[in-house]
Amino acid sequence: MTSVKEGLGDKRGDILMREQTTPPPASNAAGLQSASVMSGRGREARFLWLVPTVYIIFLMLPIYWLLNMSFKTTNEILGGFSLWPRSFTVASYVEILTNPVWYNGYISSISYVFINTAISVSVALPAAYAFSRYRFLGDKHLFFWLLTNRMAPPAVFALPFYQLYSAINLFDTPWAVALAHCLFNIPLAVWILEGFMSGVPKEIDETAFIDGYSWPRFFVKIFMPLIASGIGVTAFFCFMFSWVELLLAKTLTSVAAKPIAAVMTRTASTSGYELGLLAAAGVLTIVPGAIVIWFVRNYIAKGFALGRV
Amino acid sequence: MDKTWNNKAWFMVLPVLVLVAFNAIIPLMTVVNYSVQETFGNNLFFFEGVKWFQEVLNSPRFHASLLRQFAFTGLILLIEVPLGVAVALAMPRSGPWVAVCLVLMSLPLLIPWNVVGAMWNIFALPDIGLLGYVINAMGISYNFTSQPLSAWFTVVLMDVWHWTSLVVLLAYAGLVSIPDAYYQAAKIDGASRWSVFRFIQLPKMKRVLTIAMLLRFMDSFMVYTEPFVLTGGGPGNATTFLSIDLVKAALGEFNLGIAAAMSIIYFLMTLLVSWLFYTLMTQSEAEG
Repeated sequence: MTSVKEGLGDKRGDILMREQTTPPPASNAAGLQSASVMSGRGREARFLWLVPTVYIIFLMLPIYWLLNMSFKTTNEILGGFSLWPRSFTVASYVEILTNPVWYNGYISSISYVFINTAISVSVALPAAYAFSRYRFLGDKHLFFWLLTNRMAPPAVFALPFYQLYSAINLFDTPWAVALAHCLFNIPLAVWILEGFMSGVPKEIDETAFIDGYSWPRFFVKIFMPLIASGIGVTAFFCFMFSWVELLLAKTLTSVAAKPIAAVMTRTASTSGYELGLLAAAGVLTIVPGAIVIWFVRNYIAKGFALGRV
Repeated sequence: MDKTWNNKAWFMVLPVLVLVAFNAIIPLMTVVNYSVQETFGNNLFFFEGVKWFQEVLNSPRFHASLLRQFAFTGLILLIEVPLGVAVALAMPRSGPWVAVCLVLMSLPLLIPWNVVGAMWNIFALPDIGLLGYVINAMGISYNFTSQPLSAWFTVVLMDVWHWTSLVVLLAYAGLVSIPDAYYQAAKIDGASRWSVFRFIQLPKMKRVLTIAMLLRFMDSFMVYTEPFVLTGGGPGNATTFLSIDLVKAALGEFNLGIAAAMSIIYFLMTLLVSWLFYTLMTQSEAEG
């Protein structure tokens, strides 16, 4: 950390120096320099790319290691250290994609994630609109109370949730997990959407109402397209937090709706420590996330910028 | 933005209210119930008042995991926030590399938490993991399953790996929203790189950074799955954070009263600190 800051500091000094000194003699250098000063980031920009690059390499290393392990045989893994698979095998993947215990795990995970995202976004839309446009009795308290649920440690709720969802006969269905994940996803969705909606000028609403739009028609036809990227980002966040959560998902399912993450823990504990299989399952849980990021990639930056900035 | 007073807005909030209340209030009341009662099995409960609370607040075990929790959360915030800001500052503002950076950086955020734990377990194993192998090859004795210091190092590094990108994404969003005119004005005034950061970029990032810190505080304070999968709270109790301790008490030892009282104390602490953050945030929003 400090080295990065010091590095920036040095270069900052450089730029100041260069800006204050008289124009350099060589015309070629002068052209280069004025161009770099014009771009506003100067010479430091030339080495600045190193910081994100090193950071991304750091992020990719454990993922590479997981991939590496997933293509090794169990014998090779236990045999010792090697930077890449010597005897390349896809046996672990074949096992996962053909064994119903494994692939059903993926199906149930994906189904509760989608149900949860759909519920969260659709109920959060009108609520976020209310918070961004109106003042009403207890609005601030309500907003904070919603947020407190995002703050509640799932460990606190694990046991009561089990009892609650057993009592209403939803235990071991994707619906139980989807509804339980609403606890933290709805507050988050309301929060993000409210940020986006507050960025839309109120005059647009007023003009539409003067033009004779009813509220639902205005909301669907005019307002939702305006915050489309916000809805995308919100859905992305709901997907993300529902996909990665395990404690509640594991507590609320036993056999039929077991999420893939829980299938993995069971494999790790019962059938010895099959690292190759575990690694392959891990790689496959990264795939849906990677696909989703790919779809929202243009919205992440734009979306974040439009939100609460 | 000036908002109109309209109590009918409650109808728009109602679905959210019903769904969240169903999930929040019923379980919370169950926990409150357990926290003041003693059970001898057979669903027989006796009122105990604040006995469990006294017991938890006086137990050295709770103090120890609380201390570990604060140390962990503090360390995480100290590392991740400056690092995230530095990476965001160094990222390109436009061009094809932006999308590549954003996609690759978001990747850790979308990996299920137990997979993160399992992945780092494989990555850090002293004999066959890349990290463990390299550290040991450098002559430093490293084994996260037996040395508390190694375990802490691995858990913190894992969290930095997992969550710094969240800070980067939020800080970056704050940075790209700064109009070019600000930078041009700074250049005309001959502002140094540091003053540009201090007086233009930092104030513009204040809001997103508060959100980032709020999210990082909340999530690191309730961290459970990743350290549990990686170290199981060990070696000994070295990485037993509050959530791990709580689940041990509730599901492992079935000490319902103790676990419930712990839950409530834990929840109230999270609430208090989050409320402080939230107040700060709404204040900065009011200032614009």
